[in-house]
Amino acid sequence: MARYLRYLIPLLLFTLLVGLLYRGLSLDPKLVPSPLIGKPMPGFTLTRLDDPDKTISDADLKGKISLLNVWATWCTSCRAEHETLVEFARTGKVAIYGLNYKDDRADAQRWLMQLGNPYIANAFDPDGRTGIDWGVYGAPETFIMDKHGIIRHKHIGPLTGQVIASEILPLIAKLEASE
Amino acid sequence: MTGRIFTALALGLLLYCGPLQATTTLESFTFPDPEQQQHFKDLIKQLRCLVCQNQSLADSDAELAHDLRAEVYGMMKDGKSDQQVIDFLVARYGDFVLYNPPVKPSTWLIWFGPFVLLLIALWLLVRSLRRQQHVTQQAISDADRQRLEQVLRAGGHEEDPRP
Repeated sequence: MARYLRYLIPLLLFTLLVGLLYRGLSLDPKLVPSPLIGKPMPGFTLTRLDDPDKTISDADLKGKISLLNVWATWCTSCRAEHETLVEFARTGKVAIYGLNYKDDRADAQRWLMQLGNPYIANAFDPDGRTGIDWGVYGAPETFIMDKHGIIRHKHIGPLTGQVIASEILPLIAKLEASE
Repeated sequence: MTGRIFTALALGLLLYCGPLQATTTLESFTFPDPEQQQHFKDLIKQLRCLVCQNQSLADSDAELAHDLRAEVYGMMKDGKSDQQVIDFLVARYGDFVLYNPPVKPSTWLIWFGPFVLLLIALWLLVRSLRRQQHVTQQAISDADRQRLEQVLRAGGHEEDPRP
């Protein structure tokens, strides 16, 4: 009996290979893990979207659990996500800030006027320089920071009710419990 | 017939235009020193664009690739070393921006896996060769060997031993 077991080895190897390939196929290569998770958020000082004379900086996000949503008016997925964000802001579960990324100020202001404004404040980053510091490579992207300004999570792509329920809310609950 | 020739020519011309177009994206970043220019080109060729993931920063026409080229250009103008430029990008975008992954525990499998497989294959090969040798040696029994020696002594000429 033991002699025949060796003929099973190729079958096992094949099964292993199929398993690995199957896993590989289900991964999305567009989702690049961020090296910033677990690190303090990159410092920035930018003008506020609603008022070019006022500034907003990373210090404004500290001292509470915060969410930074990277968005732009040229980004169609942002439009799809916007309603979810407005609804989420109503629950008041987390302080929502925005990074208006490589956009036009007037266009962005109009967008918020028409579609509703879920943000406490928006940082205006027309050349995307702050975006580079945050490792942004597209929009929308969403970061969650703890009280101390440490980045705890990054979501690439639009937020949906499902993403908020399964990723964001459990994380916020965990962060609240640990502080 | 002429139509076909024309199509072939047009297609050939298209092929020729492709690379020409790609190089124009780099023209806004110029160094006074051609050697430095070449160095810049070499550096951005080693860096991967996150938007068009199978293109380097040098090849990609994505908006982000343009911004990152500008960033690399600015850093080089400031006299930053290659390593500083690479560290800057890796700190923000991770090892993903490198076409050449660094050797560390999470990449050991990529770096050393093929050699481990090669060693296993060599071991299997040696083992099976040894076994074969063993089998051929055993195939001649002592009685046969005696008879062989007799025959060889007799000049290699033998008669059918079967009754």
